[in-house]
Amino acid sequence: MSKKMHLEMTVNGQKVETLAEPRELLIHVLRERLGITGPHIGCETSHCGACTVDFNGKSVKSCNVFAAQAQGAEVTTIEGLGDPDNLHPLQTAFKEHHGLQCGYCTPGMITRAHRLLQENPTPTEEEIRFGMAGNLCRCTGYQNIVKSIQAAASEMNAAKEAAE
Amino acid sequence: MNDMTPEDRKSALKGMGTSRKRVEDARFTQGKGNYVDDIKLPGMLFGDFVRSPYAHARVTSVRKDTAMALPGVIAVLTAEDLAPLGLHWMPTLAGDKQMVLADGKVLYQGQEVAFVVAENRYIAADAVELVEVEYEELPVVTNPFKAMDADAPTLREDIAGKMDGAHGPRKHNNHIFTWEQGDKEATESVLSGADVVAEEMIYYHRTHPCPLETCGSVASMDKVNGKLTLYGTFQAPHAVRTVASLISGIAEHNIRVISPDIGGGFGNKVGVYPGYVCSIVASIVTGKPVKWVEDRMDNLMTTAFARDYHMHGKISATTDGKITGLWCHTTADHGGFDACADPTKFPAGFMNICTGSYDIPVAYLAVDGVYTNKAPGGVAYRCSFRVTEASYFIERMMDILAIKLDMDPVELRMKNFVRKDQFPYQSALGWEYDSGDYHTAMDKALKAVGYDNLRKEQAEKLAAFKAGESRSLMGIGTAFFTEIVGAGPVKNCDILGLGMFDSCEIRIHPTGSAIARLGTISQGQGHATTFAQILASEIGIPADDITLEEGDTDTAPYGLGTYGSRSTPVAGAATAMAGRKIRAKAQMIAAYLLEVHDDDVEFDIDRFVVKGAPERFKTMKEIAFAAYNQAIPGIEPGLEAVSYYDPPNMTYPFGAYICVMDVDVDTGVADIRSVYALDDCGTRINPMIIEGQVHGGLTEALAIAMGQEIAYDEMGNVKTGTLMDFFIPTAWETPNYITDHTTTPSPHHPIGAKGVGESPNVGGVSMFSNAVHDAFRPFGLTQSHMPHDHWRIWKTANQLGLHG
Ligand code: FES
Ligand code: FES
Repeated sequence: MSKKMHLEMTVNGQKVETLAEPRELLIHVLRERLGITGPHIGCETSHCGACTVDFNGKSVKSCNVFAAQAQGAEVTTIEGLGDPDNLHPLQTAFKEHHGLQCGYCTPGMITRAHRLLQENPTPTEEEIRFGMAGNLCRCTGYQNIVKSIQAAASEMNAAKEAAE
Repeated sequence: MNDMTPEDRKSALKGMGTSRKRVEDARFTQGKGNYVDDIKLPGMLFGDFVRSPYAHARVTSVRKDTAMALPGVIAVLTAEDLAPLGLHWMPTLAGDKQMVLADGKVLYQGQEVAFVVAENRYIAADAVELVEVEYEELPVVTNPFKAMDADAPTLREDIAGKMDGAHGPRKHNNHIFTWEQGDKEATESVLSGADVVAEEMIYYHRTHPCPLETCGSVASMDKVNGKLTLYGTFQAPHAVRTVASLISGIAEHNIRVISPDIGGGFGNKVGVYPGYVCSIVASIVTGKPVKWVEDRMDNLMTTAFARDYHMHGKISATTDGKITGLWCHTTADHGGFDACADPTKFPAGFMNICTGSYDIPVAYLAVDGVYTNKAPGGVAYRCSFRVTEASYFIERMMDILAIKLDMDPVELRMKNFVRKDQFPYQSALGWEYDSGDYHTAMDKALKAVGYDNLRKEQAEKLAAFKAGESRSLMGIGTAFFTEIVGAGPVKNCDILGLGMFDSCEIRIHPTGSAIARLGTISQGQGHATTFAQILASEIGIPADDITLEEGDTDTAPYGLGTYGSRSTPVAGAATAMAGRKIRAKAQMIAAYLLEVHDDDVEFDIDRFVVKGAPERFKTMKEIAFAAYNQAIPGIEPGLEAVSYYDPPNMTYPFGAYICVMDVDVDTGVADIRSVYALDDCGTRINPMIIEGQVHGGLTEALAIAMGQEIAYDEMGNVKTGTLMDFFIPTAWETPNYITDHTTTPSPHHPIGAKGVGESPNVGGVSMFSNAVHDAFRPFGLTQSHMPHDHWRIWKTANQLGLHG
């Protein structure tokens, strides 16, 4: 056991602080120290994407970030994307288009899709499939995930147009 | 509600047949699921295993002191600590027993040797490294045929010389059972006199269900009240409670098992694992809650492999392609312990469905189960007890026979299908198929894909290849499967003596909403959505007003859980039957309220109406209120029902699958161009969910057929223990699927539903594999082993001389 560090981050728009060992993985800090259990663990080896969070404006697998690297970081998890009265279009679309089954991959999927749609607001099916390839799903076969993301993209673009 | 049209009233219920959106999704899309690793109890400790690096070795000493000296380590448990409690071994669901912690020796790499309990997972992981174990290596046997050699080392010393096994006599120390079905003599005599016989060795490789969430548990022993609460990834929570009681000696009423949300199961979460037992013992020893969660490597290496069947087959036919007999001998590699989760009387599961969809007059099947130095398991990975193996076997044999007869594989299938008028059909290996219309399904599939044109295109592509104009070959994979699901009738299906019925309990509340509880547990199938739909149609209460609960043994009625596509056939039936009991009582109440005789009212969507006077009615809501608020002579207050459903027969879903792929002979890459899947699962409860199940199952089939395997080297090292080596298709590799259906209800099921969750895996693996073989058929390939990864396809092309 190494000496704990004082870790400060902004998680879902709120300043948080906690003590953590520098070697602790961000996913464990989030889940066990901060009680943010939306992001899941499927491998801890960066293959499955269940632990995906938005980290300083990028999709990052939080099982591959040490607490020591997270000092001062801006982190968004599924919990920060919407709330029951104000769901993110992706959250609505995943339900509407049956983009999930067991739900274990879903927080990572949606968090990744949210960043993907900022990188590319009008992705083709190919671009979605490529852009989501870091997130594994064992249940859905992806077809309805792709559909959900397409639906959310048009929804978001329509809303943007309406606002302009 | 009263001025609504019948159609409006019906659609307001969101009953059977509607693509109702899932009620589960709100929590999952907002990060509010509650999976086992999300559970955090006050003072909770964390357990982790010391695992064997060797596949076969004696454990000569385990030294704990260095580990124990690490601050934060609470306990290190070994077999010696568990022995006084009688918990160093545990029964498997297959009638064998399994070491919880290594008792003198280890039988496979990754086997549990010691359990470290610490304040958190980091300290536990550190301490695992500090436990000093001395091993003395023993010769390793990974090949099941060599395991049966006369001079093979004895793996299971605990049962050496004990020749009566759980499933009959054993003929070797490494032998588990022989299971025979059908008529050996008659089959052999048909084969020896047959016009044409095709013979092949079909190997269905070892793989793993690998749900995205691994297995885990949290045990909490409350010493004050004497109660044990066990949370875990259990596909069969009630069975776990019974087993936990039997092995721990804690009375069953003092154990509460809770399956929280489960992140996929696919068979991985049916069995009982050492981790569950160790978390219980550790909680008893420490007096604190103890969590154990596998990491991915633990999961792939130790809990629940699937398949590993070596199927030697012979199939005979007349020269014009009428099948006359089928023979199969299977060598089943079970690993170090027999830890399948098959019904007791079926040690090789329902492998005897291997006559498939064909009218085969005589057949014989023998399966020999064998111990090797591999992980235990043999679970049904998205399949009903070895049906995937059986289906792959017959669907490969059909294609191979077609080659021998120089026939189109579809023509051969059509010629031998069980005809519609033959149902209920008695198969040569002992099943009674409930219903089917195979020709119609196949015809529909052929038309949908334009089969004849595909064959023409294939011939053109082949000509181009032979002319040196292209380096790719087109493969058309056809598969027609018959599943057998819904285990099962208590008269012949039990697990550890527990009959495989299932259950549903319903309470209607005074204001007309309801709660239903079932003995099953969803792992993504959407039970809370679909079972409410069954009830909505049966009792006329909107699905949105019905809460559905599963997974808590303190509240749910006893049931055998969710696997083998049994939830809809068995628990779905229990749900319908419980609903009918509610309806029967509601009818009496309605009659009383309407002041007519019971027989003078009839059910109409959401109400009872007086026959011939539809304007006189009582809605279910009114009836529910009356049940609690009015003294009705001769009728008890309240409106509740429970049903334990013992199915009279299995159900037999079927389907026709066709895919097209282009195989690059130089790179071995198979580009999947199209996949068409027609499923007939009887009555369809929620088409959206069925389609989702088919997509998922096809993707798992794609994985298994094209790359996914648990591979060992000769030393028994697992070569595919991480997601780097164990293939799981990403969105990028996964094609789009076209789904279709026919509807042939099950005649014996209360709502005619047959179950669908596993069909796409059963049919899909054969389809993809048949397509690869079909591409190489013109060059003389009869059989090559799955998975058809790029390397194996390249090798096949090379062996066939296609690289010049
Ligand atoms: S848990 Fe982080 S990628 Fe799998
Ligand atoms: S929904 Fe189960 S892993 Fe994606």
